Amino acid sequence: MWGIVGQRVFRHGSSAMSLQGTRPAILASRSFSSAAKEMTVRDALNSAIDEEMSADPKVFLMGEEVGEYQGAYKITKGLLEKYGPDRVLDTPITEAGFTGIGVGAAYHGLKPIIEFMTFNFSMQAIDHIINSAAKSNYMSAGQISVPIVFRGPNGAAAGVGAQHSQCYASWFASCPGLKVLAPYSSEDARGLMKAAIRDPDPVVFLENELLYGESFPVSAEVLDSSFSLPIGKAKIEREGKDVTITAFSKMVGYALKAAEILSKEGISAEVINLRSIRPLDRATINNSVRKTNRLVTVEEGFPQHGIGAEICASVVEDSFEYLDAAIERIAGADVPMPYAANLERLAVPQVEDIVRAAKRTCYRSSSLAATA
Amino acid sequence: MASLLRNSGKITTTAGLIARPGFQGGRGFGLSSFSLFFSSPRRFQTTESESRVDSHCYDDEISQKFSVLGGKVPYTSGMRFTSELPEEKVPCYRVLDNNGQLIDSRNFAGISKEIAMKMYTDMVKLNTMDTIFYEAQRQGRISFYVTTTGEEAINIASAAALKIDDFIVPQYREPGILLWRGFTPQDFANQCFSNKFDDGKGRQMPVHYGSKKLNYFTVASTIASQLPHAVGAAYSLKMDGKDACVVGYFGDGGSSEGDFHAALNFAAVLEAPVIFLCRNNGWAISTPASDQFRSDGVVVKGQAYGVRSIRVDGNDALAMYSAVRSAREMAITEQKPILIEAVTYRVGHHTTSDDSTRYRPLEEIEWWQMARNPLTLYRKWLESNGWWNDEAEAELRSNSRKELLKAIQVAEKIEKPPVGDMFTDVYDAVPSNLFEQEKLLQQTVTRYPQDYPSDVPVRAVPSS
Repeated sequence: MWGIVGQRVFRHGSSAMSLQGTRPAILASRSFSSAAKEMTVRDALNSAIDEEMSADPKVFLMGEEVGEYQGAYKITKGLLEKYGPDRVLDTPITEAGFTGIGVGAAYHGLKPIIEFMTFNFSMQAIDHIINSAAKSNYMSAGQISVPIVFRGPNGAAAGVGAQHSQCYASWFASCPGLKVLAPYSSEDARGLMKAAIRDPDPVVFLENELLYGESFPVSAEVLDSSFSLPIGKAKIEREGKDVTITAFSKMVGYALKAAEILSKEGISAEVINLRSIRPLDRATINNSVRKTNRLVTVEEGFPQHGIGAEICASVVEDSFEYLDAAIERIAGADVPMPYAANLERLAVPQVEDIVRAAKRTCYRSSSLAATA
Repeated sequence: MASLLRNSGKITTTAGLIARPGFQGGRGFGLSSFSLFFSSPRRFQTTESESRVDSHCYDDEISQKFSVLGGKVPYTSGMRFTSELPEEKVPCYRVLDNNGQLIDSRNFAGISKEIAMKMYTDMVKLNTMDTIFYEAQRQGRISFYVTTTGEEAINIASAAALKIDDFIVPQYREPGILLWRGFTPQDFANQCFSNKFDDGKGRQMPVHYGSKKLNYFTVASTIASQLPHAVGAAYSLKMDGKDACVVGYFGDGGSSEGDFHAALNFAAVLEAPVIFLCRNNGWAISTPASDQFRSDGVVVKGQAYGVRSIRVDGNDALAMYSAVRSAREMAITEQKPILIEAVTYRVGHHTTSDDSTRYRPLEEIEWWQMARNPLTLYRKWLESNGWWNDEAEAELRSNSRKELLKAIQVAEKIEKPPVGDMFTDVYDAVPSNLFEQEKLLQQTVTRYPQDYPSDVPVRAVPSS
């Protein structure tokens, strides 16, 4: 209590100053021009949440530091001032508590957006996410619906150690009743966040801390307040014909860089940005593999029972005879994330790992042993 | 917290920090200093449990800086540890004595004859339902059942004190509220037999009732998870400005869960109109309350979170009615949470999967069955008013029994839900993969009927 209040008194002063110092995110997105605009993922999320809160008075935000502090990662900047403390709630430190409260509010007809400071902390609340949010519509035979969004940064950041770096995509994606989304670009962030807020089912929205500051071009259509992306559809970020590379979140960027390197060596890679982990767009993935005949799955999370495992199973079940090579899975190392910078680098996939894997599927690498 | 900052410029809590458990005041805690309730001329020189505080001083300058604690904090040069237990246990509110007479009619607001009668008849119906459904489980006709025996007064009297708009968020030992609100014996039986008329579409074990129409959230098996849900629902009511509250029920065991603490704490901070109603029945399966917590029950935990609380005799229907009525009034007009600890005894086993004579003496169960039996006690009061007699009792019991037996017989014969019901409600709209799976299953069952039970109704898949 001490600590929170100490911060409150301090932040009230400093946040007022910082708001004056920076241009509000809303203004930035509204300065139209015919040339392609750039927008950071942070601003994309902020504007999406802002527009949905403005359109529907039942939408409200809840989480630690989302209000006075403007959000631990500033995603919810300006929203407390705009919508007031009834709709932007700073909570005590209890993920289980505020997640349960959010679920209860959703039961009763509100549309909460619950922020986890990172999804690592969602473990404290996972009973409410799985046993209350995901299963209630089914267990109540449709009497209780849970239109809730759980959002926050997921996966590894930089130098934050084992308890702050895990990817929870496969944990949530295995549960029926949940939808699980993972945006990459600003367009993804805006479109998927709006879709998630409007969706009547519980949605787990996996962001990435390192992507928050990255800028992407956004078209006028994306900037429109009615914009949204369909849940369950992947996007082909780069077309190719020799090998399919699937990825989500930050790894999409790495996959695109790998594709660039591969193209110089005469390998044309098709990069699929999954966007939606559950439901998984098996059709797009399988169609691509039927075209290229080779597959590399990329994810940052632990390898066992990961997203790549599910994609492999789907392709083997549906497109077995189209495969010309064994599927390659690139994933994080099977260890809790170490802290030291050199070790951390080795524990997550790098662009070179993706390049080597793609070459292996094309039988263009010298030997399997030489992959370290 | 943010709203508090805006209102006052300094942080205050709405409950005093140093107040005795027995404090009766309402909202006497202002923004500036709050008065102390201890005073004694004696001084203690040694470090002992605090029971009286001697002279205090306020150091204004430092007190202001410590406004984190909400107002002025008195300083003392004596080092005193607050005792782990209050000097006196929190008193338990009761209205009827052992002969069913009002102890002090001034402290009981009164009840209409209509409600009073319905309370008794519903308590008897609940008790009869428990007996018959328990027997049905023992006969193998249903797989599982949870009785409410001994806690009929808590169930029915609390329901009677509430209105239909008040949301109920149950644990699993509160079917009486549904009964009061109009759930019929057939409705209960259909759920227990999970037939096609079950509102829950056969998705859950017996006693996991739910009714959106009757504002009763579907029972979930998870313990105490419903308490933060209750707070969230109450927050929604608060935003709507409705003349209604939420009531979250739980047991003594549930008060150990983290969710209980988060819910109470949060409800106080959010100022949510929610009643936390604890059925302290002494047992969490085989764990007695003495192994569950070392505090003076659950009522004292209210103050720890800044929640007004009361301890009530859960076997006294009029005391329950009175306390819940008042709590509802306070929760809604003052927009704050209230904690009620209803002290009672779980006369039955935890569920049909339990044999409680293995861990507690039969004499103890029988003693509670006799002493302060909620039905017997309340019946005495009704009879002293001339509203009830033996003939009425016999007729009620006989009719209830017949009705319930019939409901079971009917429910048993009704078809189970169609296979298609397995695939709906996972999401708002049926996703394509489940649509495919259902089609595949229908085809398989049709092609190989010998591999499936004959009572698996196959239904055409609706196009999504």
